[in-house]
Amino acid sequence: MNKDLYNYIIGIADNSLILGQRLGELCGHGPSLETDIAGTNISLDLFGQVRSYFHYAAQVSGDENATEDTLAFLRIEREYKNVLLVEQPNTDFAYTIVRQFYFDAFHLLFLKALETSKDETLAAIAKKSIKEVSYHWRFSSDWVRRLGDGTEESHTRVLEAVNELWMYTDELFHQTEADKAMIVQGVGVDTLALKETYYKMIGDVLEEATLPIPESKYWHKGGKQGIHTEHMGYILSDMQYMQRTYPNMEW
Amino acid sequence: MILETQNIQPHLISILEGVSDPEIPVLSIMDMGVVREAIEQNGIVRVKITPTYSGCPAMDVIGDDIVSAFAKAGKTAKIQLVLAPAWTTDWITPRGREALEKYGIAAPLSPEADKEALLGNKKIVKCTNCGSTETHLVSQFGSTACKALFKCDTCQEPFDYFKCLK
Repeated sequence: MNKDLYNYIIGIADNSLILGQRLGELCGHGPSLETDIAGTNISLDLFGQVRSYFHYAAQVSGDENATEDTLAFLRIEREYKNVLLVEQPNTDFAYTIVRQFYFDAFHLLFLKALETSKDETLAAIAKKSIKEVSYHWRFSSDWVRRLGDGTEESHTRVLEAVNELWMYTDELFHQTEADKAMIVQGVGVDTLALKETYYKMIGDVLEEATLPIPESKYWHKGGKQGIHTEHMGYILSDMQYMQRTYPNMEW
Repeated sequence: MILETQNIQPHLISILEGVSDPEIPVLSIMDMGVVREAIEQNGIVRVKITPTYSGCPAMDVIGDDIVSAFAKAGKTAKIQLVLAPAWTTDWITPRGREALEKYGIAAPLSPEADKEALLGNKKIVKCTNCGSTETHLVSQFGSTACKALFKCDTCQEPFDYFKCLK
């Protein structure tokens, strides 16, 4: 088994899995029909991508019992390697949108770089996903503009979300040992090279949205090492309930 | 219509044309452009299909439907899902586009026009009910991930627009 490759794939997939789960929670609870449907549609795109990643990770793992389902549902909290940003709760619509906005910008830049990976499977998944994630980015950045440049109330609330979630953005660029090994092999994406473009990309939208760019340099990290916030346990108990109650269920 | 990136044996086409997209029943999977390869060898038909969107729930159903369509014709089919090259709305055939429009779904525009339409910069998406271009975007995401929801300002009808994917 190629342990670094396996960990690398899991790291990418878990971001989409946990964010997809968070967005899925909105199903039937979105603030309007259109945003409810958008949330679940984006969730569906992310889960579709996750299936491709997990399918590949299961092959790479060398464990003949590993499947998409065991990887999604039967790991323990420490084995999930998603960034802390994506596990943050749907506090209100502004938080949901800003979390999406911070992630989509990264996701789009990341996939555009992954498209040229030496690993053909990862390159193919990236190529497919870019088309979908472009729509996600358009949706979330559009809503940031609308909320920021909207009413006094929407401005106040989106500003709070922008400031609160800001401290989770730096972790997107953090590199684990697996990340570094994959970069050397031409398989992984050098995320540090994306950082400047990323902050410019979100900065431009925040400016249009009449929202000041946060200046805080205090960053939270740990998710990529499997050390999560208190929210993660609740997500997993919700997500894993069916599979643990009815073992061997299939997607 | 057979695209360059397709490899389908002619005698299998009519069977595949009989399988429709479960979410858009007027559209055959051939017109949708999701069948990439179909080759019969040693009594087994191997079919490669590509998802429109990664999470498209219709893919499993399409796979099952292909297997049963071949079973009816006395053939065993094996389905393989391929991701590359990635599906694009360009692979929808002219006949498919016509079927979409008749069914009430506006066919995808070019990438540039699509962007203008979804950003609300230009009124170019034609209402499938009355043909007016006085339409506006209600939501970037419609009844499925591949569609956006529009409303016509002339006849007031809401309708789906199949988003350009390229």
